[in-house]
Amino acid sequence: MSAPLPVVQMEGARKRYGEVEALRGVDLVIGRGEVVALLGPNGAGKTTSISLMLGLRRPTAGHARLFGLDPRDRRARSRCGAMLQESGVPAVLTVRELVDLFRAYYPRPWPAGRAIALAGLDDQAASRVGQLSGGQRQRLYFALAVCGDPEVLVLDEPTVGLDVEARQAFLQAIREMADEQRTVVFTTHYLDEADALARRIVVIDHGVVIADATPAEIKARIPSKRVHFRTSPELGPAALDRLPVRVLECAAGRVRLLSAEPESVLRELFRRGVAVADLEVTGADLEEAFLALTARPPSRR
Amino acid sequence: MTRPAPVASLARVLLAQTWSETLIRWRLPAFSATSLALPVVLFSFFGLPFAGRPGPGGLDAGAFLLVSFGAFAVGQVMVFGFGIGVAVERGQKIDLLMRASPLPAGVSLTAKVVVGLLFGLLSVVILFVYGSVVGGIRLAPGTWVSVIARLLAGSLPLIALGFTIGYLAGPHAAPAMANLVYLPLAFASGIFLPLDQLPAFVQRWAPYLPTYHYAQLAWSAIGAGREPVGTSVAWLAGYAVLFVWTATRAYRREAERKFG
Repeated sequence: MSAPLPVVQMEGARKRYGEVEALRGVDLVIGRGEVVALLGPNGAGKTTSISLMLGLRRPTAGHARLFGLDPRDRRARSRCGAMLQESGVPAVLTVRELVDLFRAYYPRPWPAGRAIALAGLDDQAASRVGQLSGGQRQRLYFALAVCGDPEVLVLDEPTVGLDVEARQAFLQAIREMADEQRTVVFTTHYLDEADALARRIVVIDHGVVIADATPAEIKARIPSKRVHFRTSPELGPAALDRLPVRVLECAAGRVRLLSAEPESVLRELFRRGVAVADLEVTGADLEEAFLALTARPPSRR
Repeated sequence: MTRPAPVASLARVLLAQTWSETLIRWRLPAFSATSLALPVVLFSFFGLPFAGRPGPGGLDAGAFLLVSFGAFAVGQVMVFGFGIGVAVERGQKIDLLMRASPLPAGVSLTAKVVVGLLFGLLSVVILFVYGSVVGGIRLAPGTWVSVIARLLAGSLPLIALGFTIGYLAGPHAAPAMANLVYLPLAFASGIFLPLDQLPAFVQRWAPYLPTYHYAQLAWSAIGAGREPVGTSVAWLAGYAVLFVWTATRAYRREAERKFG
């Protein structure tokens, strides 16, 4: 008995668009039943990775396989449901008609009502697609992704454009799919979203995988809080030594830090007798946090 | 994991795709109203006044013009329907999600052609019923069928021309491009006005146009052709090869850019 084939397999996958190398060698194996978040800032290569997995684009070098097959193979695609960014659907069809169309593409689809209900579109089933709001349209794409009873769901930024409430309902629907032993791969640039849903987070930046671990491990490594304060007199060079921080600014009495554990940092600063004023602790944006993770000089962006 | 990975039956996919494409076309007045009503309107102006008068080869001039506008109607469905339809689909990125789905590209293409033929058939039947009821134009039942069958079978180069426009033009430019290509072609081929009333240089160049041979194919079904059927078929086949080539090239270029 050979080991079961992975659902998604990328080996040294590279993708170049003209002058830009969007992926610079991605190795990724996703097994059956895994729920994986691809996390990264805009332009990191998340969408390109998804495109290779789905066979929407061909790798410039390396391989991408779906169920051990070329992702363009109809047998692979018949086991896969996808949500893409910026894709369109014919505006003059109704929700129900479009779900029925996509159901026909799959060998053993769900009843249309189940997909529509899971997406929370019961009241819009007879509405034309062109009349849906942005959030409803996003949920329609979800219904189209799940209606074929796929073994793997590949979702590119599934919660973009949703308000907080819709986002929670949506995450719950994705969770239901995951609970049924389906494989789910989704991209996001929100750490909390990846944390809420995934059991594994793959961090992509500048076209390479820079971290691949559980949410807890990733959270510990990503300095996701920003700490601002003023000091007087200015900090000496040793004041921030051996603290789990990345220093963004430390001049003219202003200090800006990134840290995964601001509480312990502050405790240590107080212990060292640093006079802290105008203290502010906020969530860092992921772009900044990734800079810390990759230890790339900030001047590059 | 060794269980077989079945796929949906192609017949079922084709049926569902054809039905959806039919709904889409029917619900867009730019296609449905234009392709079904415009030939009737144009025939009312340019053809109906000549019904009952003697035409080429001792035929009813009304019958001759009715067949002309039949060619105009089917050709228009093909050039406009595919030209604008494909361009709009590309503009709205409808092709993106379809491309990630298990829908085979060949089924998608076949469904489009089937729906084009259905609308072509509908437009020419509406026109012919109008011509025979309102204009009193009479042809033998077999002749009506023969004209319609020739118009549908001979439309392949025009379908491919439509696809070429659809892949070359953006969604906003496609209607203009389809008009600029198709209307002069139809006019210069003697579809609106008989050829001998057109300027001499147009008469000289007409026999090189695809729409000229398309109309000849239909006219010869009522005994008003100027060339043997074999000549029309050969020219149309040649144009079919040419336009299938240009459509394929335009499609590949786009696919390489978007999905390469």
